[in-house]
Amino acid sequence: MKFATLTLAASLIAGAAAADVVAPGDVKMDEYGAVAESLTGQPGNAAEGEKVMTTRSLGNCVACHQVTALEYAPFHGNVGPSLDGVGDRWNEAELRGIVVNAKKTYDGTVMPSYYRANVDGYIRPGNAYTGKAADDSFGPLLTAQQIEDVVAFLSTLKE
Amino acid sequence: MNFKALTAIAALMVAAPALTFADPDNDTLTINGEEMVTKAPLPAHLEDSMLTEIMSGWHFRNDDTQAMQMDDFDNPGMLAVEDAAAAWDTVEGTAGKSCASCHENVEDSMKGVRAVYPKWNEKAGEVRTLAMQINNCRTENMGAEPYKYDSGPMAAMEALITVQSRGMPVDVAIDGPVADTWEKGKEIYYTRFGQLELSCASCHEQNYGNMIRADHLSQGQINGFPTYRLKNAKLNTVHGRFKGCVRDTRAETFSPGSPEFVALELYVASRGNGLSVEGPSVRN
Ligand code: HEC
Ligand code: HEC
Ligand code: HEC
Repeated sequence: MKFATLTLAASLIAGAAAADVVAPGDVKMDEYGAVAESLTGQPGNAAEGEKVMTTRSLGNCVACHQVTALEYAPFHGNVGPSLDGVGDRWNEAELRGIVVNAKKTYDGTVMPSYYRANVDGYIRPGNAYTGKAADDSFGPLLTAQQIEDVVAFLSTLKE
Repeated sequence: MNFKALTAIAALMVAAPALTFADPDNDTLTINGEEMVTKAPLPAHLEDSMLTEIMSGWHFRNDDTQAMQMDDFDNPGMLAVEDAAAAWDTVEGTAGKSCASCHENVEDSMKGVRAVYPKWNEKAGEVRTLAMQINNCRTENMGAEPYKYDSGPMAAMEALITVQSRGMPVDVAIDGPVADTWEKGKEIYYTRFGQLELSCASCHEQNYGNMIRADHLSQGQINGFPTYRLKNAKLNTVHGRFKGCVRDTRAETFSPGSPEFVALELYVASRGNGLSVEGPSVRN
């Protein structure tokens, strides 16, 4: 219910400038790793989220996860669990938390944190996949909107 | 001829039983008819790891790629070995010497060498990789230019020397004067580098046997190096491979030949103690 209200509120302010985007350092995560508040105040777009999940240079989630709904995109890995039915297992806040920083939900997981920006938090952070040191362009793996899009898509994965 | 016949028999014998998706297979690797040890008991120093057994990367490749390594006539890495055999006899540098001037027959003088590298060099007071030793001979003993650390000529010379130890068990020392370097290598192996925060162990210890996108993750052993990769159609050095793996974590890599990679090579080599020296191997 609470989420529905939030989403409604969000759509009311839809069109608001990027100034409303929650910066990586300001994300409010509860003690179980869930993030209740949308990072953009705008509803996510599941179709865009699907693209993020299958695109190598973006989320590349299928590198580690099998997703039956994404079978058209080749080569799903099995380092992580299948995401089929993940929308039943977790609510929206929990899914957002897992994508923002899965290490808070799963201690020590190999799943990368997709919305953490601080260069200082990493060991030898690089400049994307160049092998060179990170520079000023260093930012989170996904944008706030891409996180919302992915969460929207994950929420559709129901048995 | 003999070799060919043996390989054909071996190829028939390995017709693989159906396996669960992505598990390492149980095929037997013979090279020119000689059987290799590709699965071996866990070395004592790995008892606190998640592994129960050590395995060559050969088990994780598909049948076609596997077959290319079973016969030197089919192994594209052997062309580089021929080049290096010529280089072995070629005089270079101000001292007017070739490798053969001091080491004569590579078959005799280099037998067993690959199996124990990296190793301690008493005179220099340092851990030396095979590449460092080759370059040391070039600069100090021949007055020649060093090879670039992860270059083609270096990979080829390493391959020539490696072939002389084929089938011998990797037996790298980890104690005594190398102990500190080994510890440093171990620490690097378990450090979660880069923006993806992945260590060597994240992929090669925790997840070997699993698929990461289209890649079947092996244990990341180096008993098969240098490795001919179908992907880049050349022989690849250990440090070249390390560099690629670190880069793939969105990290700033270390350089080939750096103290970090030398330590890591010693540590990773020791994780394969007991596997046969296989190089030059064929991988995708
Ligand atoms: C490098 C591997 C890797 C990548 C890349 C990855 N994940 Fe994961 N993910 C995992 C693992 C492993 C787990 C299981 C948690 C654990 O036990 O460590 C997991 C768990 C999850 C879960 C909870 C699954 C469940 O069944 O409860 C969700 C949801 C999820 N991941 C979504 C994503 C999304 C979305 C992306 C891309 C934006 C992604 N993952 C990228 C490895 C990965
Ligand atoms: C002038 C003599 C000389 C020449 C020329 C020479 N080496 Fe050496 N090489 C040595 C000596 C002496 C050692 C023992 C090194 C030591 O302990 O420092 C050695 C050691 C080695 C070792 C280590 C063997 C072991 O058992 O650990 C390798 C490998 C090697 N040389 C390769 C080469 C190659 C390849 C070339 C040519 C590119 C070459 N050498 C040229 C004198 C030479
Ligand atoms: C993101 C996952 C990942 C990480 C982290 C990673 N690797 Fe790899 N590595 C791979 C993949 C994929 C391959 C190719 C398939 C295979 O052989 O496992 C590979 C191959 C290798 C190989 C070649 C094995 C062979 O038999 O030819 C070695 C050696 C290796 N890795 C060592 C390392 C070391 C050392 C580290 C840490 C510095 C490391 N890797 C980190 C994914 C990774």
